[in-house]
Amino acid sequence: MLNELFPNVKIADLWEATGETFYMTLIALTGTFVLGILLGLLLYLTSKGGLWQSKSLNLSVATVVNVFRAIPFIILILLLFPFTDFLVGTIRGPNAALPALIIGSAPFYGRLVEIGLREVDKGVIEAAKSMGAKTRTIIFKVLLPESMPALVSGITVTAIALIGYTAVAGVIGAGGLGDFAYYYGFQRRAFDVVFVCTVLIVIIVFIFQFIGDFITNKLDKR
Amino acid sequence: MEQPTDGNITIDGQEITDLNQKELRLSRQEIGMIFQHFNLLWSRTVRDNISLPLEIAGVPRVERLERVEELIKLVGLSGREDAYPSELSGGQKQRVGIARALANNPKVLLCDEATSALDPETTDSILKLLIDINKELGLTIILITHEMHVIRKICHRVAVMENGRVVEQGDVLDVFLHPKQQVTKKFVEQVMGDKEQDDAYEFLTTSYTTGKNIRLHFIGETTNQALISRVAKEFDVEINILQGKITQTQKGAYGTLVVNIDGENNELARAIEFIKSTSVEVEVAPNA
Repeated sequence: MLNELFPNVKIADLWEATGETFYMTLIALTGTFVLGILLGLLLYLTSKGGLWQSKSLNLSVATVVNVFRAIPFIILILLLFPFTDFLVGTIRGPNAALPALIIGSAPFYGRLVEIGLREVDKGVIEAAKSMGAKTRTIIFKVLLPESMPALVSGITVTAIALIGYTAVAGVIGAGGLGDFAYYYGFQRRAFDVVFVCTVLIVIIVFIFQFIGDFITNKLDKR
Repeated sequence: MEQPTDGNITIDGQEITDLNQKELRLSRQEIGMIFQHFNLLWSRTVRDNISLPLEIAGVPRVERLERVEELIKLVGLSGREDAYPSELSGGQKQRVGIARALANNPKVLLCDEATSALDPETTDSILKLLIDINKELGLTIILITHEMHVIRKICHRVAVMENGRVVEQGDVLDVFLHPKQQVTKKFVEQVMGDKEQDDAYEFLTTSYTTGKNIRLHFIGETTNQALISRVAKEFDVEINILQGKITQTQKGAYGTLVVNIDGENNELARAIEFIKSTSVEVEVAPNA
């Protein structure tokens, strides 16, 4: 029955593409999480009244973040070709998409992290200081745990943007559902393939959103 | 937390204002602090909140759990160990705050408007806990507040601040009884209700024209003496109590009593002389 409705869809290939999309999303998400939290912390701590208040450092980090957020993702991939080649040794396949995916979404997530950290009650930070806590202790025992629901819902939003990016990366041969839909579907005029890929991507987005919401609710004890 | 513009701070013989950053940080572990808005971590349970200062001070896990257990009992939160702050009432949250502040056995406990966000009943129970801690642990408590009745109830000494300067200080009774500065008078009126009383006093002294109207100030332990009945028994005078208010403070009771004493001039003078010889302060109304 599936074969009648979607004559051009080869299940094995589709599975492989789905696997690649998951692979790219999860690895890039991990990298984005770490890099984004680093950027967000830097932005927050160096801001006015922060623990490491520094106008120059804050301005430099903010500039880098803003520049990378301003570059359209498709152009960022092209710009990063030399860097990717140096780092991964190839500019094709899922692994080659990772640097661009991480660099493209980490600044976005960094801003979300910064917003999340700003929501942490100043009084709680004051309390930790009054107990004689080091900055590192404040970061790991107060700032990050107290902003965790915001960090998780932020990474959920970022994950969904990332899934979109992986599809764009498909155009340069990164693999995954975007690639599959473009080369096997669009270019061969097999629109049933495009359709199935779309449905799968939507399902993946829903899965990520559901997991993200679930974890956020579990974490939030306010 | 804040850099003082002037003066110095000495705790237990240690000059705080001279310390470098690291020493200052470590010295903070010896100062407990509680806050108006409790400042608990919502992401941690009661137990974990109390445990935080111990984690910061690097206390090993087993010891930490023991100490937390002790503190929970001390502040009366047994059974609520695993609750999150959002599940607690204001009073319970402040108890967690107090337990947290006491965790590292501080040399002094700072209370920054600790009861200002609580209802009167809860305030009383928190103050009672603070008195117990003060007595049982022999811990110095510094309390910052604008609520005079809080000072009246639990403080021994008081300093009044205006525009960042201490303008008056001394024993609570002394300051409450003989406020010198304008701001102190304003504050003291709140709890003593002197203004209201003064109006009534004026009315009373003008309506009682025979005998003498006198105002008696009871300070400290003298309140326990049966002064009025002794005067009535020993001297041939009539005593009519017109108005009175006695308030309890940590240093004993403080109160004012307005009485009208009537009788023969001689007897009257002797009676007043007698009252003056006790530790009760006497103020004779001029128009009687």
